[in-house]
Amino acid sequence: MIETRDILETISMIRQENLDIRTITMGISLLDCVSDDADVLCDRIYDKITTKAEKLVETGNKIEKKYGIPIVNKRVSVTPVSLIGGRIDRDGYIKIAHTLQRAAEQTGINFIGGYSALVHKGMTAGEREMILSIPQALAETQMVCSSVNVATTKAGINMDAIALMGKVIKDAAYLTRDNQSIGCAKLVVFANVPEDNPFMAGAFHGVGEPDTVINVGVSGPGVVSSAIARAGDCDLSTLADVIKKTAFKITRVGQLVASEASAALNVPFGIVDLSLAPTPAIGDSVAHILEGMGLESTGAHGTTACLAMLNDAVKKGGVMASSHVGGLSGAFIPVSEDAGMIAAVERGALSIEKLEAMTAVCSVGLDMIAVPGDVDEAVICGVIADEISIGVVNNKTTAVRIIPAYGKKVGDSVDFGGLLGTAPIMALREYSPAKFIGRGGRIPAPIHSLRN
Amino acid sequence: MKAVITVTGKDSMGIIAGVAGKCAELGANIVDISQSVLQEYFAMIMLADIDELNVDFAQFVDELEAFGEQKGLSVQAMHEDIFNTMHHI
Repeated sequence: MIETRDILETISMIRQENLDIRTITMGISLLDCVSDDADVLCDRIYDKITTKAEKLVETGNKIEKKYGIPIVNKRVSVTPVSLIGGRIDRDGYIKIAHTLQRAAEQTGINFIGGYSALVHKGMTAGEREMILSIPQALAETQMVCSSVNVATTKAGINMDAIALMGKVIKDAAYLTRDNQSIGCAKLVVFANVPEDNPFMAGAFHGVGEPDTVINVGVSGPGVVSSAIARAGDCDLSTLADVIKKTAFKITRVGQLVASEASAALNVPFGIVDLSLAPTPAIGDSVAHILEGMGLESTGAHGTTACLAMLNDAVKKGGVMASSHVGGLSGAFIPVSEDAGMIAAVERGALSIEKLEAMTAVCSVGLDMIAVPGDVDEAVICGVIADEISIGVVNNKTTAVRIIPAYGKKVGDSVDFGGLLGTAPIMALREYSPAKFIGRGGRIPAPIHSLRN
Repeated sequence: MKAVITVTGKDSMGIIAGVAGKCAELGANIVDISQSVLQEYFAMIMLADIDELNVDFAQFVDELEAFGEQKGLSVQAMHEDIFNTMHHI
């Protein structure tokens, strides 16, 4: 029996509190596309994606209509292209990027992820070429997203890869300088990258995955915010329960949509990602949840504790609502994509250092952070190395999506529009870590990685 | 299977008759209605059996919505599963 109260609650979550399904992401393996001829490889990639994902958008739209809940994005993630391009050169990789873009246009999806490499322990000559091709690939395409995994808790940190990523990020910023360095918004550097993440820019289809798979990412900061506001002046145990119950309901919708999409497309269901993903829209902010919990501003002392509790409660509530949970599963704290975060930075309450501390207790990392365009490459490498260390030592995913916006300085901002939002330029420390970064090699895996 | 139809808007004569007529035309059998008018504001939740629909569900949603727009109302139909999934374990 459906009760009126439940109907009204669901409808108010969707209409007033911005509850939506952020993405249905179809993972597609490209391992069976390999060829030593770049043109053959690209033809096979195009055919496979456009065949497998042919009905993805249509199916998403039907589900949206059936349940009356917006499904904001339909996306595709593919096998990291570095794994299928071992026999081709840099021009070949660029061809793959264009092929991915064409396939995305043909299928009508919003983003395609997997222009990626996994180099946490070392890199082959081919992987190096692929990574060096990233700036051009991002500059010449719109929907292609790229990621590079530079460390795992098991393997340690590949500092040579981090040094390379400093250059790649600066180059991507320069090549997309006419568009506020947007290339960097489509590029993530990871530690302990998950292989089933449905969220961009870091999505790719891992090697342990089936041929195709459906992963779903929910979103619902506004719903959690409203539930906290309704809970009033309760203690933190009660508040944790309120968040858990809300996360359960949000995730159940994700599970419903995932099962429905999986059945309609005849593609196995992979995971539901429990992340609270904000958007720049008013009422859809993770920072505002933290402020609703009792902080004067996000960035105040106490923010890390608040976020730790939120993140844990979201997982506890969500895990029972879905048969398989995976991906990143935690609260996202991107700066440009969250109206509350932007406001906290603008009022001087939230610094890079505080954001870094926050990433120790939530997913994912230093995300969508714009910094001055003239920042030294080594400083970017230092930011990455710090963030990646947090992930490696704490056995969790961390990531860096940093935008050294060409020609911009502290006080300016970049505006990407849409889900990517607006980012005020944040100051970095200018003391140089160049000698440390320049040593190269690997930072050994931490002692607690030896678990066998 | 059932659909939950919500109708909200400024009260006027014949809202229930209109929505019910549209449901009958599309093959949806109304099994429950809860309705109230607060001042001039009309709100109704209907539960309709959709096993005998003569159009697909997406079209049913669109037709009700279009009908609502003609009458200055918001009419939204949603499959019952979203409520069952969210509120029942």
